This record gives sequence, C-alpha cells and structure tokens, in this order.
Amino acid sequence: MKLDSLIPAPLRKPAKPGQGNGAKGAAPADLKASPPERPSDASRLADRAKEAPADVLAWVDQRTAATGFLTGMLYRKVPKGTNWFYTLGSATLFAFIVQATTGVFLAMFYTPSTTQAYASIAHINNDVFLGAFVHGMHKWGSSVMVILIFLHMGRTFFFGAYKYPRELNWVIGVVLLILTMTMAFTGYLLPFDQRSFWASVVGININGTGPIVGPYLSDFLRAGPELGATTLSRFYAIHMLLVPGAIIALIGAHLYLVVKLGTTAPPWLRAEKPKIAAPVARLEAGSEGNGGTPAR
Amino acid sequence: MTRRRAFTVAAQGLGGIAGAAIVLPAVGFAVAPIFHRGKERWEAVGPVGDFVEDTYRQVVFTETEGIGDAGKTTAYVRRGSKQFGEDPKRMVAVSNRCAHLGCPVRFIEAAGNFICPCHGGVYDFQGKRIGGPPVRPLDQFQTRIRNGQVELGPRYSVTSQLEPVRARDPGEFTGGVWEYLYPPRPSTFPPPSG
Repeated sequence: MKLDSLIPAPLRKPAKPGQGNGAKGAAPADLKASPPERPSDASRLADRAKEAPADVLAWVDQRTAATGFLTGMLYRKVPKGTNWFYTLGSATLFAFIVQATTGVFLAMFYTPSTTQAYASIAHINNDVFLGAFVHGMHKWGSSVMVILIFLHMGRTFFFGAYKYPRELNWVIGVVLLILTMTMAFTGYLLPFDQRSFWASVVGININGTGPIVGPYLSDFLRAGPELGATTLSRFYAIHMLLVPGAIIALIGAHLYLVVKLGTTAPPWLRAEKPKIAAPVARLEAGSEGNGGTPAR
Repeated sequence: MTRRRAFTVAAQGLGGIAGAAIVLPAVGFAVAPIFHRGKERWEAVGPVGDFVEDTYRQVVFTETEGIGDAGKTTAYVRRGSKQFGEDPKRMVAVSNRCAHLGCPVRFIEAAGNFICPCHGGVYDFQGKRIGGPPVRPLDQFQTRIRNGQVELGPRYSVTSQLEPVRARDPGEFTGGVWEYLYPPRPSTFPPPSG
C-alpha cells in the first residue's frame, strides 16, 4: 500500500461500508515497555521526502478543492454489464488527442501557401526527422478517428443509450460527428496535390448542390467563384483553429454530461428488482401504520 | 424600472454591443468573398486560323491567378457552325469542367462527344448532356477576337437549350424554376447577351 501514501487522503478510493481502514485499532500494549527508537535526522528527512509528492498534491487541492470533483468522476458507479463496447468513446477521444498533438507538430513545418504547400509536405516526409511518421500518424489517424466515432455512435444507438435523459448528449455527439467530418474534409486539401485539389473541388461542388444556400455556401468555402489561394488558407484556418476549438469545447460538454448522467447498462441485462421492495409490500398489506389500508 | 434593473439592462446592453463589435466584423470578413467579383480577365489562346468549325482544339489558359498550375483550366474551342445556327465569325469555347461534380471531361474525336472519367457523364458535340449524371450542358467561356487572336473571357453556364445564364457551380440545374432554387452568385459575371 505504498502507492496509497502518495495519494492525498481525499483522493483515495473510499472504503466500502463495513470495511474499516484499520486506523482505529487499539494501541499496542507494550508501547510503554519498549518505546520505539528515536528516528535519526537522516531518516526523518527521508520520511519528509517521501511525503513531498503528497504534500504538493495537498497544497494544490487545498487551493482548488479539485479532489471532490476528481473522486466523483474517477470512482463514479458504472452499471453491471459494462463491457469493451463502452471504451469506444474514450478511444475516439484518444484518436482526437493524437490528431491534435501530431497536428501541432505538423504545423511547425507546413506552409499554407498554394505555391509552397506541396513542397513543405514533401519536406516533412523526406527531410524532417520522423516527419513521415508524424505525418502518417496524422493522415491515417484521421481515418481511425472517423471510424471510431461512427462505431461509438453505433454503440450508443444500438444500446439505446441516446434515450431520456441523455438526448442532449446525443445531439452534442452528432455535432461532434459533423465537426469531425469537417476536419476530414478541410484537412484533405492541405497537401495540395492533384488528389486533394480535385477531391476538394468535388466536395465543394457537392456542397453547392443544396438549393438556395448551396451556391453561397460553395462561394464561402472557396472564398470566391473558383478554388484559389485564399481557399487553402481558409481551409487551413478552419482545420487548425476554428473546428478544433469547437471540438474541444463540445468534448468538455459531452464528458460533463456522461459523468453527470452516468452510463447505461447494456440492453440485454434485465433490471434487478429493488431491494427496498419488501417494506413496501408490507405497507401495502396494511401491517404497518402509515398509509396502509386498515384491516377490518 | 428600479435602479438595479436599469443597471442590469445597461450592463447587458454594453456587453452585447462589445460582443457584436467583435463578432460582426469577423463574420463579415469571412463571408465578404461571396459578394466580391474579381476583375474580368481575357487571355489570348491562339490565332483565328487555328480553329475550325467541325472539331475542337484544346487550349489551356489561366482562370484563377496566383495559384500556379492549379489555377489553369482547359477549354475546347471551335469556330461557330452554321449547322447549329451559330455565327461563323464567332468562336465557341466549351469548358472541360463536368457539370456533374467538376471533374475534367475530354473531347473524344472519334465519338464526337465529351466524356467524363469520374462518373460517366456524356455530352454531345455542342456540350449538351446526352448521358450520365450531369444536370446541365457543359459551361462555356465568353470569346472575342482581338488583333487576329482568339481571346477567352469569363465563364458562363447554359440552360438545356444552350441559352446563356450566369455561371453556376457543377451539380446545379439551370433554367426555369432552377434559376431561383440555385440563385446566381454575386461573384460571377453576367452572361453574354445574344
């Protein structure tokens, strides 16, 4: 239990009812007969050093009162039957974190200019140390994130986890799905090779087929009547500033609601009969005083 | 109205004005290109003698400046044909941008048709749709002759009867009620008259 001593008391997993911490046992009887040795200065210093991490955490906790929130979040109850399908949301979050991290480092080398974008990507892939690896993580990771978010959505749908009271979280999830697709769409143009250029042309034209707003939407995306230099910088800004900010904010709201409302049991588990049922049954039989029909 | 309420309303109003002062210019900045029309651009693509009326000659010219090769586009140019009731002194320039989703079509000499590699759109010699998913004929470019050179100008779209209308994006219908469902964009040029 050395680990426990590193965690401040409020952050430790609370004991289950009926299980004491063993903290309130009687003092050993022979404490007076053979008192413990006085610790040396060195060992006292070592003891203090061991406490240092806990002290630091306690210092932060005293000023933020974060432990109540953290214990509530980390040790929240999950229903029986929770299984691997329930990790798809966390997996999507992890994929997003991978995208955000690799994206930040790609941005250090990428130039969002029509004349230099392709060359800067080639530079990342061919010259920069581990550049091809980071670029590959970002490129393939985008597909992983799209696949995972769809699987997560499918899990939520087939388990009925979108129902009351979790409808709002479903709506937030749908917005996150749309934002993820926006990320995939805007990111596709950035290498500015033939494939990304024509894929973006087709994608923007599909946007334009919506009646009435479509033509304006495609002009907005292109920043003009034809795909040009400002289209690339516009997609870059949407891809790395606008949408990621919105995604982070909405993930926060999504997680808040998950913790607040809890998760659902899988649909194949039948609800257990509440253990409180017995006294209620006695009440209905009229054997107790309150509210029961008196026996005649 | 109480003093407290007056202050609340005033503070919220000031906050709203401050918020609008940030948001409105930013939004305007982002949507401004929708209402901006660039300068009309004409480019010479070859002497008049290069073009005949019974087949197309492929020319490449710059439609969007400042993005290098990506801003170039391909047009198929021929002389007006009496067979179709066109003025032989005028040039016809058909855009190679498919009216389905914007892939580049090719003029197939043997068939006399334009064929799109992406989703199988087929257009006849004049650019009218005869097969596949496209929703209207191929776009055209305005043409003029200056100093014996054929010059190509702004793009325009056509209806199924080849009447000129303002340029539409691929995938958008033209003519009839579609002129209202796919309104012309302010960033495009008026079509040539006649």
